[in-house]
Amino acid sequence: MSNSPYPWAPGFYPGDRPQIVTSRFQYDDAHTLERFHATGGYEGLRAALAKSPAEVSDEVKNSTLLGRGGAGFPAGTKWGFTPQGVWPRYLVVNGDESEPGTYKDRLLMECDPHQLIEGCLIACYAAGLSQCFLYIRGEMALAHERVAAALDEAYAAGYIGKNILGTDFGVDIVLHTGAGAYVVGEETALIESLEGERGMPRLKPPYFPAAVGLYGQPTIVNNVETLANLPFIAKEGSAAYTAVGTATSPGTRMIAVSGHVARPGVYEIVNGSTTFRDLLYGDDFCQGIRDGNDLKAFVPGGGSAPWFTADQLDIPFEGPQAGAAGSMLGSGAVMVMDSTTDIPAAALSLVRFYAHESCGKCVPCREGGTWLYRLVQRIVDGHGTDADLQTILDVGQSICPGDMPHASSERLGLDAVPFPYKMTTICFVGPSAYVPIHSAMTLFPEDFDALVTKRTERRSIPVMAGGGE
Amino acid sequence: MSRLSDHNVIVAKEIIARYPKKKSALIPLVHLSQQQNGYVTDDAMRHVAELIDVTPAEVYGTASFYEMFRFEPTGKYLINICGTLSCQLMGAESLMHHAEHALGVRAGSTTPDGLITLQHAECQAACTEAPTLQVNYRHRYRVTPEAFDDLVADLRAGKLDGEIPPHGTLGRNRQHIPADRTLGAFHPDDVTEGPAWIQVTPA
Repeated sequence: MSNSPYPWAPGFYPGDRPQIVTSRFQYDDAHTLERFHATGGYEGLRAALAKSPAEVSDEVKNSTLLGRGGAGFPAGTKWGFTPQGVWPRYLVVNGDESEPGTYKDRLLMECDPHQLIEGCLIACYAAGLSQCFLYIRGEMALAHERVAAALDEAYAAGYIGKNILGTDFGVDIVLHTGAGAYVVGEETALIESLEGERGMPRLKPPYFPAAVGLYGQPTIVNNVETLANLPFIAKEGSAAYTAVGTATSPGTRMIAVSGHVARPGVYEIVNGSTTFRDLLYGDDFCQGIRDGNDLKAFVPGGGSAPWFTADQLDIPFEGPQAGAAGSMLGSGAVMVMDSTTDIPAAALSLVRFYAHESCGKCVPCREGGTWLYRLVQRIVDGHGTDADLQTILDVGQSICPGDMPHASSERLGLDAVPFPYKMTTICFVGPSAYVPIHSAMTLFPEDFDALVTKRTERRSIPVMAGGGE
Repeated sequence: MSRLSDHNVIVAKEIIARYPKKKSALIPLVHLSQQQNGYVTDDAMRHVAELIDVTPAEVYGTASFYEMFRFEPTGKYLINICGTLSCQLMGAESLMHHAEHALGVRAGSTTPDGLITLQHAECQAACTEAPTLQVNYRHRYRVTPEAFDDLVADLRAGKLDGEIPPHGTLGRNRQHIPADRTLGAFHPDDVTEGPAWIQVTPA
């Protein structure tokens, strides 16, 4: 069982810091309309409806709310990409959280579904969206139940559907369930899936579904956490929002820290100023590495992010700074590896994930990911040669040509190569299969050298019976 | 027999009506059929195809892309053990090893009594509570070998029937949109003007 102070929010730890999206997590019945009403629920919607849609839209733009799905694009700006005079427009909520290490949208949907619904309504009002589809990852049975129940309550109370709160504003919210595919988290794949197709990302351009999205119409795709911030912004104003965090990274964000820390958990942190050191070692957060061990490496922004080591602990949660240091903040997921970690095996688990989740549309990802998985598996099994290490880099070059971002390392005398990479695939799944093994081999070459046989010394090739699983 | 029941056809039509285009209901309807039959049958896919005016091949084409759809009989309980990094770091491999021995089957197979299917799975969005598993997509956290054995014993004894519905049932409740509240689906061919509330925006 979870050690969290709130058993209904497993892994969540509050603290002495601002709470914007987790303010109701302390209540075991926060998912009910009754509790939501008692704690200021739907007041953001009322405040929004008292203004014009353009005013609400400006308020969101002024808040500089950054998208929480992974790319970190300003939400208000994204809404502005809808072409003039093309109707209808749709809202698609991306609740397909499945980036390795990421655990926040599920909590937001399970613990405070009305806050998400209120956010959806505010977005639809501000951007003139006619219908909302709330796409929840299929594997989240409890979130599905909670959101379905909350939607029913909100319909009955007049918050969703025709003439919301007696105004001209009306919108339906349709709960849609996925069926298990990581790549569907990519927004154009999400739209394909919602159209009843295989969840394969669409060729770009057009770059933004805001221009051409669901059924070819302008479509806003926003992450659950992004939308969950809107009730606060609508109710308290953008100034109250930007008062928290830094100018370029305002507000708070939810970060899940997992792996070898003393207290893994989900924390709502002050955006922009909190550093990885605060998070990993702070008493209010993870309280250091488990068993007093040393930190070996950590993944700063979900499985797709290049790895950091202790050299990067003082970097704050600020996109450009993480980018200059060779990685990204992604979806708010930190995975920590202590000194006991078998680095090649850890990299293998991520390479396997992305190889497995390739949708098969782009050849470099479909073939390259599979070959990376086989090569790394062979090395971890002890059958690899030094030639395999070079082959991994060669395969990687076919997915991410040119310089590959990585962190600096004082120990190895390495300078950082800034994020992002170049890519030969439509979406980030292909490069993400290469990122973990590239990071691991770059930052811990000795761990791989110790595992492989020098080709010149090799005498026989073992014949494997059965799979390498 | 494995076509959708009369009751489920009514549910299916309610779901279809929510979407501007019928094909969008494909995944929800395949879920519905899996809820009814425990897995996705050929007849059910033909029936879904009839309901949304596509070919059975299109239904299979989409459904076979997604991991939650199973096309062969599956245990009443599907146990998915996560093996992605956070869980791997916290002992997922030994948990899987234990599970295979405890159940007497390899991952990917079903126990001889047809009760439990064991599978490898990828990230389940519970990374801080590793290692995790899901039984019919309901989480179990920080799973020790003992906790796994207790879980299996409880499942076998039927003690968790109230909490964990049989495989195929996603939610014990389902969204219901009241007819008097809905605006209906917005089909791009039928709607060319902006919504009423946006028209008042000053130019």
